[in-house]
Amino acid sequence: MSDDTDLLPDEALGRAHLALCLAARDPAGLGGVVLRARQGPQRDALLACLPGDTTRLHPAMEAEALLGGLDLAQTLAQARPVHRAGLLSRPGWIVLSMAERCPPGLAALLAQAIESGRTGPLLLLDEGAEDDERPPRALTERLACHVALDDGTPYRSSPLPLVPEPSLCRPDRASAGPDVIPALVALAARFGIDTLRAPQFALRAAQALAGRSGRNSLCPGDLAAAAALVYAPRATCLPQDPEDTGPDDTPPPPPPPDDAPDSDGDTGRDTLPDTLLVDAVQAALPPDLLARLSAGGRPAPGAGSGAGQRRKGNRRGRPLPSRRKRLSGQDRLDLTATLRAAAPWQRLRRAGDADLSRRVTIWPSDIHVRRYEDRSDRLLIFAVDASGSAALSRLSEAKGAVELLLGAAYAARDHVALIAFRGAEAELLLPPTRSLVQTKRRLAALPGGGGTPLASALRLAGDTADHARRHGLSPAVALLTDGRANIALDGQADRTRAMEDAEQMARWLAGLGLPGTVLDVGRRPHPALARLAGLLGAHYVPLPRAEAVAMSRVLQDSLG
Amino acid sequence: MPAFPFSAIVGQEAMKTAMILTAVEPRLGGVLVFGDRGTGKSTAVRALAALLPPITVLRGCPVNAASRADSPDWAGIETEETETRPTPVVDLPLGVTEDRVTGALDIERALVHGEKAFQPGLLARANRGYLYIDEVNLLEDHVVDLLLDVAQSGENLVERDGLSIRHAARFVLVGSGNPEEGELRPQLLDRFGLSVEVRSPTDIEERIEVIRRRDAFETDPDGFLARWQPEDARVRDGILAARARLASVETGDTALRDAAALCLALGSDGLRGELTLIRAARALAAFEGSDAVDRPHLARVAPIALAHRLRRDPLDEAGSTTRVERMAAEVLG
Repeated sequence: MSDDTDLLPDEALGRAHLALCLAARDPAGLGGVVLRARQGPQRDALLACLPGDTTRLHPAMEAEALLGGLDLAQTLAQARPVHRAGLLSRPGWIVLSMAERCPPGLAALLAQAIESGRTGPLLLLDEGAEDDERPPRALTERLACHVALDDGTPYRSSPLPLVPEPSLCRPDRASAGPDVIPALVALAARFGIDTLRAPQFALRAAQALAGRSGRNSLCPGDLAAAAALVYAPRATCLPQDPEDTGPDDTPPPPPPPDDAPDSDGDTGRDTLPDTLLVDAVQAALPPDLLARLSAGGRPAPGAGSGAGQRRKGNRRGRPLPSRRKRLSGQDRLDLTATLRAAAPWQRLRRAGDADLSRRVTIWPSDIHVRRYEDRSDRLLIFAVDASGSAALSRLSEAKGAVELLLGAAYAARDHVALIAFRGAEAELLLPPTRSLVQTKRRLAALPGGGGTPLASALRLAGDTADHARRHGLSPAVALLTDGRANIALDGQADRTRAMEDAEQMARWLAGLGLPGTVLDVGRRPHPALARLAGLLGAHYVPLPRAEAVAMSRVLQDSLG
Repeated sequence: MPAFPFSAIVGQEAMKTAMILTAVEPRLGGVLVFGDRGTGKSTAVRALAALLPPITVLRGCPVNAASRADSPDWAGIETEETETRPTPVVDLPLGVTEDRVTGALDIERALVHGEKAFQPGLLARANRGYLYIDEVNLLEDHVVDLLLDVAQSGENLVERDGLSIRHAARFVLVGSGNPEEGELRPQLLDRFGLSVEVRSPTDIEERIEVIRRRDAFETDPDGFLARWQPEDARVRDGILAARARLASVETGDTALRDAAALCLALGSDGLRGELTLIRAARALAAFEGSDAVDRPHLARVAPIALAHRLRRDPLDEAGSTTRVERMAAEVLG
């Protein structure tokens, strides 16, 4: 067992193990653990220390399997109701693999189970590779500790100790001194953590840590370790120094309220040196977060970029009520509906049936087949040229046109994505989303100026479209540019190569078979752009003097 | 674990007021709570239901009917006896099937006894209580349509599996969600009587108080409940008194004229806005012990009754509440 001064292991594997132990001590208070790791020896070692029977779930599980219900097959076989207990009612750990693919429906069910406090601790195995592949926020929000294992760490050969059995009651009620809660809340504010669940989790985690070491009051080490486990993965900004104005380049998202440092200083200084806590969290911050923040980039992952509605796309079609129909080759039988249709008549049919050995009599007229509404959502990818040349002429009109189109997209429940290109390369300002508030905000904040990395924009549009298509959306690309490409794919300013690269990317995009439109927003139509549109297989629309409304109309017509 | 006491919820006054108003006047048509995560949205719903007096229902009735006359025939309740139940709060999880919502053929009885019987769904259980939908903006469209239909008619009509069943389904719809994850369809938005935006408190003292009370509650639920019991009882008595007084609260011509003027000035669609505005103001007046609806009542409920009904530019920053407040100050002076 670790001593009081350093309760937090250095390496991620040890931290993950500690998180599991804490969640097992207080499942109702901490919910569980999100483990972001690919399959590998490290993860296997961790899973091997889970005690007893773990219940494995996967994202495609139906509500009935989780909550229990009538076991149709057994009921039919035994002619008496046979109920099946739901998986969530089992004691012990619940492990959800491939959690990044968890649909919102399942997430809601699990969230409800966590809130009820009656299920065992939940372990989400997040195997996402891309940055935007994350488990649903509704779920991760309710789990206290998030740990990421990086592949680089060498595997430690000494076996990890077994995680204790999940406890059914809350054993640890280590008393929190009067300054503990203010210190935790202030600390959360300094890292830009908005949700109030975080300080609650930190408190419970600290209490579990103290209980684990057999103490009944909290020591600073408990708080530091708990804060590192709970706050580090949720941090959205680097801590603002109370004295300084803060690092100049860091955008402080939401509110680290002004009085945070003061009250922190006043109440916490005697027993809780706040630098200890800040350092503990800072040391545990994911390295990519630091890089992103210091580069002045976007907020931390999972800050509500809309994992929810992306999954809501009609990937497999929305199920419609099944219908009575004769089975043909392509249809899928809806067994439940068929049985349901046949069930009420069983007594009657049995009376007229000589063959008594038959348990269920199904007539052809009972057959129901599944139906899906197979319409996938449309995704409009706007690639907007914000380079110096375009900015001079038409950037504001282009923004206006995009806004009008967004309005139309809102009415049609389309998804939109926004790519801006200026300077050295294109940037995905907004991944596919239905949130217009966000789109509008990002678009309004888009500055103009710099070179025209057209090829980079096309590549990014293609990648985004490809990714979206794999999620079942039907993407279309709208390129708004003046066509004066002058930045090559490698970021070099070279007009000739820039155009060559752009044309090459256009051929690739055409190969993806995306519907598209190229809007020439330059002062004069640019012949090179017309050729590019030809390569893309897209409509070319020169708009020498159009304003927003005309642009929007043209785009809408050509994208269908 | 018992529900967190309603009066111990720190801040979030608009949300609490809206919830109390729906308890006073269930016909208001529900509350939509939109905002940040971890701001105690679901806590508030459960707390309110725990605070309300229990309802009297026919013993064993699946739709919580008050008397035998109200109980549907298919339920087959023979008794006249009644029992009391806590006000139901039914959770409608995302990914719920239509069967579970409306009810469907009872497979168990069909398979085992060969009977055609109806198994009531969530709508039946929510009758005379609350139907709570977390992340309502992510709910499947076809379930939303179904809910809208029932919420409007107050009756659940099931025509499937050879069943033809109807039963009362009058409930207060409470939806919550995070607008960053997806918008709510305007049709559904308009159907909610009141809407509230909640934000995580930005005041550090308020945040500390939230955690402190939560910790106190989790450490010693009974002691905490006992401490807040008098305050909760005051709110409950206020709600009961307001329900009794509601019918006698006068809504004068001036109030109606003011409401119409305000809605016109804001350009809100349809007449539902005016109706809700008047009803909410009347409920507020009743709750505060007034005999008539005054301008201050209208001004105070205007933001929660109207903000989500403005024919807004979908791209407009979420400033409709401010717009309503400003206009209310202008029109109602």
